[in-house]
Amino acid sequence: MNPVRAIGRATLELVRGVGAVAIFAARGLAAPGFQPRLLAEQLLRIGWLSLPVVGLTSLFTGAALALQINAGGERFQAGDVVPAIVAIGMVRELGPVLGGLMVAARVASSIAAEIGSMRVTEQIDALVTLSTDPMGWLVTPRLWAAILAVPVLVGVGDVIGIMGGWLVGTTTLGFTSQGYLSSSWAYLESWDVVSGLIKGAAFGAIVALAGCWFGMRAGRGAEGVGRATTNAVVAASVAILAANFVLTGLFFT
Amino acid sequence: MNGHGAPVIEVRGLTKGFGAARVLDGVDLSVVRGESLVIIGGSGAGKSVLLRSILGLERPDGGAILLGGQPATPQVRADFMRDFGMLFQNAALFDSLPVWRNVAFRLMTSLPRAEARARALDRLARVGLGPEVADRMPSELSGGMRKRVALARAIAADPRVIFFDEPTTGLDPQRAASINALIRGIVDETGATAVTITHDMTSVRSIADRVAMLARGRLIWQGDVAAMDSADDPELRGFVEGRPLA
Repeated sequence: MNPVRAIGRATLELVRGVGAVAIFAARGLAAPGFQPRLLAEQLLRIGWLSLPVVGLTSLFTGAALALQINAGGERFQAGDVVPAIVAIGMVRELGPVLGGLMVAARVASSIAAEIGSMRVTEQIDALVTLSTDPMGWLVTPRLWAAILAVPVLVGVGDVIGIMGGWLVGTTTLGFTSQGYLSSSWAYLESWDVVSGLIKGAAFGAIVALAGCWFGMRAGRGAEGVGRATTNAVVAASVAILAANFVLTGLFFT
Repeated sequence: MNGHGAPVIEVRGLTKGFGAARVLDGVDLSVVRGESLVIIGGSGAGKSVLLRSILGLERPDGGAILLGGQPATPQVRADFMRDFGMLFQNAALFDSLPVWRNVAFRLMTSLPRAEARARALDRLARVGLGPEVADRMPSELSGGMRKRVALARAIAADPRVIFFDEPTTGLDPQRAASINALIRGIVDETGATAVTITHDMTSVRSIADRVAMLARGRLIWQGDVAAMDSADDPELRGFVEGRPLA
């Protein structure tokens, strides 16, 4: 095949795919049939039930970060910066990214599996025959729940991550409790926190969108559901890292 | 049979293909109010695709679908769906909802919860299931019970049109007979228009007023169920008598 034609075809496919996902997202955000009960269910499943995994991830990340910064900082007598760098690193970068990735692993997979199973067992067709828009019933509550819940998870993860650093700082690195916390607080700006929470909302949207998109397009049978689940997690994870780069560039350059 | 008047559903020259395979190749079909039409045909004949196309779950390649005499635009189809019920081949019950919520699904938007539950229990009783089933999850039910629950859901809002997709597939002969009897009873009692697709000849004889046979993407025979056994069409004869394929 002519290479120019191949590139053109691939580009068209890409643009078509991005357009289709954008339309899907727009419909998902505003589909009719919103029900507060469905949103509350999804807030519980996406937010509350993800707390343990996000909390543990943040705790160990904050603790490891404190050890790393201390080890690196001592090379040029800058061990004192551990609290500030742990706090800034957690709220700006590691809290949202690792929180987003953990939610992607846990939630994108479960959404894709659930909706994919509904697709292959004709439950989504049944919704249509019962005059219910599958977008409003399935996608809208998951999308909004993720957009609302993930920033909260990120905020909680930030605090737990800083506490992880504090634990290491006060038990291993010789900081006093008061000194560590006041040092963390002193260098932290509100935009550091807010930018991380905005990232969290964006990553939440990505996670739910990937789960719903691949679930709604699941092929026939168990293999189709399995493929949808894998694709959702991979796509969400890559998209989170790419979006993080773009948002970091937008926020801090 | 009490089917007279304007067609509730009309299909004209419907075509649909998947890749190189032409599944529907110019299907013309008319379903009049109050009749029970059964569409028969071998596996892969396109019965499900025809039904799904009428409902808008598949996009046809060509032809026209009229619902209540009007072209099936999204609005016309939405109006049609408001008075519609469907029994899916594998029941398609919502796994995450208990039985009564499945049955009352359509009613929950228009009735208070207690009233919707009472109506669900009534419909469950109508298909021979007691109130003890109401709070169970679909995964806790046998195949026959799931079909009954799906039937109760299909008739919950007293629809004027009901589709039955392979209603007896996967059931033993006695359970299949009871589902057939339930369907015939519901159609007779409510006067609903019914379209059933099946390859089970016992179902055909129990449910149908009129029979249409789909083969090679076309309707090759249509007529009253009483005329089916005396029809000359060799493909129909082979199917009805269960002759092995050449």
